[in-house]
Amino acid sequence: MTVPTLSIKNLHKSFADNQVLKGVDLEAHKGDVISILGASGSGKSTLLRCVNLLETPTSGDILVNGELIEMKQDKKRGAIPASIKQVERIRSRLAMVFQGFNLWSHLSVLENVIEAPVHVLGVPKKEAIVKAEALLQRVGLYERKDYYPEQLSGGQQQRVAIARALAVEPEVMLFDEPTSALDPELVGEVLTVMRDLAEEGRTMLVVTHEMAFARDVSNKVLFLHQGLVEEQGKPEDIFTNPTSERFKQFISTVY
Amino acid sequence: MFSLYGYQDIFIEGAWLTLQVALLSLVLSVALGLLAALAKLSHSTVLKSIATLYTTIIRGIPDLILMLLIFFGGQLLINDMSYNINEWLNETMTGYYPDHEWTSYLPDYIDISPYFAGIVTIGFIFGAYMAETFRGAIISVNKGQLEAATAYGMNKYKRFSRVMFPQMMRYALPGLGNNWLVLLKTTALVSIIGLQDMVKIAGDASGSTQKPFTFYLVVALIFLFYTAVSTSVLKWAERKYSIQTR
Repeated sequence: MTVPTLSIKNLHKSFADNQVLKGVDLEAHKGDVISILGASGSGKSTLLRCVNLLETPTSGDILVNGELIEMKQDKKRGAIPASIKQVERIRSRLAMVFQGFNLWSHLSVLENVIEAPVHVLGVPKKEAIVKAEALLQRVGLYERKDYYPEQLSGGQQQRVAIARALAVEPEVMLFDEPTSALDPELVGEVLTVMRDLAEEGRTMLVVTHEMAFARDVSNKVLFLHQGLVEEQGKPEDIFTNPTSERFKQFISTVY
Repeated sequence: MFSLYGYQDIFIEGAWLTLQVALLSLVLSVALGLLAALAKLSHSTVLKSIATLYTTIIRGIPDLILMLLIFFGGQLLINDMSYNINEWLNETMTGYYPDHEWTSYLPDYIDISPYFAGIVTIGFIFGAYMAETFRGAIISVNKGQLEAATAYGMNKYKRFSRVMFPQMMRYALPGLGNNWLVLLKTTALVSIIGLQDMVKIAGDASGSTQKPFTFYLVVALIFLFYTAVSTSVLKWAERKYSIQTR
């Protein structure tokens, strides 16, 4: 059996007295597309943000390609990364696509895409530009490469954000509700790009409300409820034969 | 040709000196302001209190009084310090070698030049105002974009230089420009500590020629020229930064 690309073990996260994650396990192998579902407040975004340590887990292990992210205890702040260098290196291998796009507004579309390769990974600028142009071509925004983010629609911005994520050749792509901030008519263009990525074998973790995407594109679905995995499995199984009462309720209210 | 009763050359020198003092003070105040703003926003209580103390004291005392305090007080402090350091060094040396002779390791008396004192004082004063401008600018920067920088593996220096700084500058520019205009005019105060800037020269010249209105009018026009040029440069800069984001 191969080493999982991403492995999360017994992950806990609390904010002050509020326990958001109460022991979550997750394993992603190369090419897995895992949809994480759940009502708001179920901890699904927090789970995703713990993977690249935008939130520091209170306890539990995260391994990327078998490499454990080392943690240590701090008197005041509790668990903190033992080596920020290690965390930065691992972050640079995990690309995140945010709900609010978070493109750098002072940089053009092209500059956004080459920023991390050039300034974090040290790729020569010329090389990065060639690649970025190909990626923009791919998400259908090559013509807009010299525009600034605020000149684009939400759907276009999110496609640029996906190109920015692809540019670092990530081990795992983390999608945090990538279509939730979009007007309904713009959701389709983003989902099409994501479907494409899934088909070419990218490893993806997708926090989403898009049931159709979870059912048709992902090969594994995780349903979180109050900080715990309430139901998980292949979409064809759990959507047709949900075992948990809460997941049944959840699908009936969303559909 | 325009002449000022023989004072035109020295006037040009004074005008140039005013500009130098202003520009160097600006550099100092931007650096101090940025540091103080970062200190105010840091998690360290010590840094926060130092920065708050700095901005509270400086902004609460008239510029003129501060300038006199720093000029005279700074002189006292430095000379006192060098005296004490000398004494201490000599005592220590005598302790080790009884036949050691008293030596001035540091000069006994250091004369602070009004040029240096003026720049430091104005830089110090405006650093406090810049701190507030920068603090406001820093908290205006979109948190999500900083988070994206973190998520893509940037360390804190990269995050600052690649995302925070270019973005905060566009929020800081209007306030920065305003501070610059006030700073430029505040340089008129350095004449009181004896710097040969154009205000001092105007004073001297009007004393000997009995034409104070003429000389002070020239000073006023030169200041107006400086501020007018500044204003258009600032307009250009603001436009440049906002085009990037539109």
